[in-house]
Amino acid sequence: MSLLSDLWDPFASFGFMRRALVASITLGMGAGPVGVMLQLRRMSLIGDAMSHAILPGAAVGFLLAGGLSLTAMGLGGIVAGLGVALLAGLVSRRTHLAEDASFASFYLTSLALGVLIVSARGSNIDLLHVLFGTILAIDGPALYLMGGITTLSLCLLSIIWRPLVMECVDPGFMRMTGSRGGVYHMVFLFLVVINLVAGFEALGTLMSVGMMMVPAATARLWTRRLLPMMALSAGVGMAAGLTGLLVSYHFSLAAGPSIILTCSILYVVSLLASPTGLRAGRGASSWQGS
Amino acid sequence: MIVHRLFSLLGLCGLLSVAPVHAQARTLRAVASFTVLADVVAHVGGTHVTVTSLVPPDGDPHEFEPSPDDARQLRQADIVFMSGEGLESWFGRLAHAASYHGQPVIVSSAIQAYTPPGAQQAETDPHVWNSVPNVVIWTNTIRDALIAADPEDADSFRASASAYVTQLQALDQDIRSRISAIPADRRRVLTSHDAFGYYGRAYGVTFMAPQGLSTETEASAGNVATLIRQIHQTGITTYFMENATDPRLVQQVARATGAQPGGELYAEALSPPGGPAPDYITMMRHNTDLMVAAMRPR
Repeated sequence: MSLLSDLWDPFASFGFMRRALVASITLGMGAGPVGVMLQLRRMSLIGDAMSHAILPGAAVGFLLAGGLSLTAMGLGGIVAGLGVALLAGLVSRRTHLAEDASFASFYLTSLALGVLIVSARGSNIDLLHVLFGTILAIDGPALYLMGGITTLSLCLLSIIWRPLVMECVDPGFMRMTGSRGGVYHMVFLFLVVINLVAGFEALGTLMSVGMMMVPAATARLWTRRLLPMMALSAGVGMAAGLTGLLVSYHFSLAAGPSIILTCSILYVVSLLASPTGLRAGRGASSWQGS
Repeated sequence: MIVHRLFSLLGLCGLLSVAPVHAQARTLRAVASFTVLADVVAHVGGTHVTVTSLVPPDGDPHEFEPSPDDARQLRQADIVFMSGEGLESWFGRLAHAASYHGQPVIVSSAIQAYTPPGAQQAETDPHVWNSVPNVVIWTNTIRDALIAADPEDADSFRASASAYVTQLQALDQDIRSRISAIPADRRRVLTSHDAFGYYGRAYGVTFMAPQGLSTETEASAGNVATLIRQIHQTGITTYFMENATDPRLVQQVARATGAQPGGELYAEALSPPGGPAPDYITMMRHNTDLMVAAMRPR
């Protein structure tokens, strides 16, 4: 009885807990599948790079709006993230530089620019602090933004699903049939960027990558089929949101890290328990296998 | 144009020739860690001291990213003032980077630090200046330090320090009488982080905040929930934002409790000149005005 009320009461009595729960469920639903796709495309660390690339855009948005404007910071973040993605994509398709190399140089440029802008402005409300986000402070407009982004990204993902998977598996086939793989790739990077922007309000730029990649890696340990993997990844993210919030409530721990660490615990448990995890030994979980 | 310039040049010469009358008084270059302290140093130093503040107006003194220019200021300083009690956690790194080997004057060392009952570990509250008697102690510490650095101007420092202390005592009396006009059960205020512990103890006001003593910590859901429950029990109707702190969390608490915004308090940073709190005394009056307006029974 008391256990049940411990689980239920926080959300029944407090609006901020309900909003935080909806926010983490929304984030998990959007970011989980995108994370699986990133992993499938062997771009797991690109999410990390993109989260840094978003910083200057959000900073400029913050300065132009003269305060914590969600719209301005979100738009700025999307513009900066897409800019980096476009430039990196262009360079890697026009030169012999690998995509991760050009990503690295562009996101570092972007990050340095961001830090420069932040420190030139001084520290009226430490902007980096703002970028660390507080899931406990989510309000209505932020929820609408997240909901919209998750809806958009799930829709877009289902539209570009087939060509995207095709391009992952066999980029040569796409080129031969004359399809424009590059376009799908850019749409996908757009999805990565908007999901990170949705996450930075709640968890901060760094933590939102955690919500994207850790559930994806966990899901990969349990299934090889793409759709169940995406569903599982979203589920892990949502469950971690719920558990992390309850832990933060009952043990007075910081909320954002509690959520990500719950994801990590699920990941470690999966590593130990799943048939393709550590028990299976090396090489059992390669993408090309069989 | 040229004539104009010539005149201003002459004026400058005039100033320069007047200056040495005070027995070759040199101007001390003082550096203070943050704006509130810089203002007090400027009042005690008068014309014999130029003060720069490392943390700019409206800047958060807990978290500060020093620039190379700050390191230069620190190296060239004749005397350095900081508050202490764990406020300027960034100072050690800056001093090391600037290879500053002097001993900064810790103005709060003579003040008995207060550890709030709910605080974790051995955390003391660094926001000593929000109680005026503590700033009187600051003033005396600063006066002695300036006299030690520049004995020739000792008389001037003593005179301006005692004039400033008189102003501070008037301010203290004023705050006391205004707060005591409020019924005791209404003296409760919601702010964004615990910066007013000394104010609360000196003048008998209870402060509540979702964030702890430092702005560097992240809030937990449990603490926010406890705060909302407390506010429901005590019936606070107004909340305050602070000029140097992230307002989103306190706004969330306000939404849950129906509290209305009461304005912006200046807890640990002055405003730029022309703002509502350009110096310490104006800052304390501004904060008291806002809080009294919020606590008044309606």
